[in-house]
Amino acid sequence: MLRFLIRRLVVALLVAATVMTLAFVMTRLSGDLAISIAGPNATQDDIAAVRKAYGLDRPVLTQFFDWVGRASMGDLGDSFFFKRRVSELIGERMPVTLALGLTGLVIALLVSLPLGILAAVRENTPLDRFVQVVALLGQAMPSFWLGLLLMIVFGLQLGWLPISGTDSWQSFIMPGVVLAFSAIPALTRLTRAGMIQAMASDYIRTARAKGLSRASILLKHALRNAAIPVVAIAAVQLGFMLGGSIVIEQVFALHGVGFLAWESIAKNDFPVVQAVVLVLAVIYVGLTMLADMLNAVLDPRLRGA
Amino acid sequence: MKRGWRNIGTWVGAVIVGIAAFCALFAPLLVPHDPFAQDLGKRLLVPFWMEGTDPSHLLGTDQLGRDYLSRLIYGCRISMMIGVTVTIVSGIIGITIGVLGGFMGGRVDDVVLFAVTTRLSLPVVLVALAVVGLLGSSMTILMFTLGLLLWERFAVVARSTTMQVRNLDFVAAAWCAGCSRFRILAGEVLPNIASHLVVVATLEIALAILLEAALSFLGLGVPPPLPSWGLMIAEAKDYMFFSPWVIVIPGIALFVLVLGINLLGDGLRDLFGARSDA
Repeated sequence: MLRFLIRRLVVALLVAATVMTLAFVMTRLSGDLAISIAGPNATQDDIAAVRKAYGLDRPVLTQFFDWVGRASMGDLGDSFFFKRRVSELIGERMPVTLALGLTGLVIALLVSLPLGILAAVRENTPLDRFVQVVALLGQAMPSFWLGLLLMIVFGLQLGWLPISGTDSWQSFIMPGVVLAFSAIPALTRLTRAGMIQAMASDYIRTARAKGLSRASILLKHALRNAAIPVVAIAAVQLGFMLGGSIVIEQVFALHGVGFLAWESIAKNDFPVVQAVVLVLAVIYVGLTMLADMLNAVLDPRLRGA
Repeated sequence: MKRGWRNIGTWVGAVIVGIAAFCALFAPLLVPHDPFAQDLGKRLLVPFWMEGTDPSHLLGTDQLGRDYLSRLIYGCRISMMIGVTVTIVSGIIGITIGVLGGFMGGRVDDVVLFAVTTRLSLPVVLVALAVVGLLGSSMTILMFTLGLLLWERFAVVARSTTMQVRNLDFVAAAWCAGCSRFRILAGEVLPNIASHLVVVATLEIALAILLEAALSFLGLGVPPPLPSWGLMIAEAKDYMFFSPWVIVIPGIALFVLVLGINLLGDGLRDLFGARSDA
């Protein structure tokens, strides 16, 4: 178990280092950043001043090692536009994104677990097929479009939910549902496949033979085994949701990290952009490690690996 | 029973994709109007199922008086072009990486796995937005950005299927016959994993189309005045509370096309008995 953890940790650190490099390269793609920051009406002197003020006159390698060195210590630099620490900005906006991601994950699990179990128990019946169609439709749904449709129906015509902002918990319902849609197809299919496999196994036959109740067999024996891949994918899906929430934050005007990144891209505020990419990647790597550990707890067979 | 139902899905998917391909190829011949021609006197005309419609504009007009049906057909062309090009670019990258990892094993495979892990940790939408934002939005930049980001499923499937194939007898026979490594990869391995890769390709086309729409919706995808469906939805957003059809029409087009591609992909998977996951 310890060796497994150390190995995972080394890979995670290497991934973080690679992402740091990629984020740096990505933000330097456009050539001279000072020109775009200084704006269209800047004189040569203005551009030179900007270059000096932001340290862009230093050699690229110096800038790179400066960024890597500071970012490794948790210092993500200063925002050009907001004139504040990037870490502060991200810290302020992160709760909204996390709340949105977790709402999405909870809704996705509340929908896909029962659907997947139902489909597995009633395999090859109309109900099973219905569930598979739902998964297929969910997969094809453009999230931003679903968000706009929900706004028209529940925000404007029925007036049940607020269409933007983060004033109350109700504000998170529609964006949460939209975000959940991106994870529901995968989670439902996985639950269904896991349950079908589990129901066909020897220990379920034993449990049946012992005369255990149907509910006990389903929930205590089959689900526990089917849950192993679902837990792993759920953690990974949460990572994807946090990364994908940029679209939904924009649709619903939720001022989370995604919205911050979108604003910063429009303003050429590259310290913020590279920091958000790095933070989201690190969160994703952390979540996949967490998933592996959860798996080890749920399934003792995996602990030796 | 199940097969029959699955087959219907495959056919529906094939018909949708067929119609979309036809629209994409022959867009200039099919459109009733110039999709870029503005007519400010005919703004936001309603589509045919509503009252007060103009028969020469079946699906109405947008906020600048451009014919919606014509823009929708050209939008199909953009979606298909992006979907196919992105998939070709990402396919070349992913299949090369995956086959190498699966075939060579050892250190090479470790590097391949690491590359896949790193790619998965990158937030795709954000990175694509940032690159397009910094380099400027154009079809070419968008297609290559997405192509460079979406190769990981190709790599994963190519790697795992190559591993299964490389130990089979006909590969051993090719070794014995003195074939070069390249000849074995191109002549023996690739043809035997191709069916799996075709299934991945359909799923990637669908994914690329959805991503392009999302990026264009956020204003950093296909540049205006090109009629990308995502951009049409973004431009019509200000009018959606009064005339919901302006976002409903391009949205349904996008949804149906992606659904069709996925149905076809699922059908092909069943047909080949292929896998499209890890």
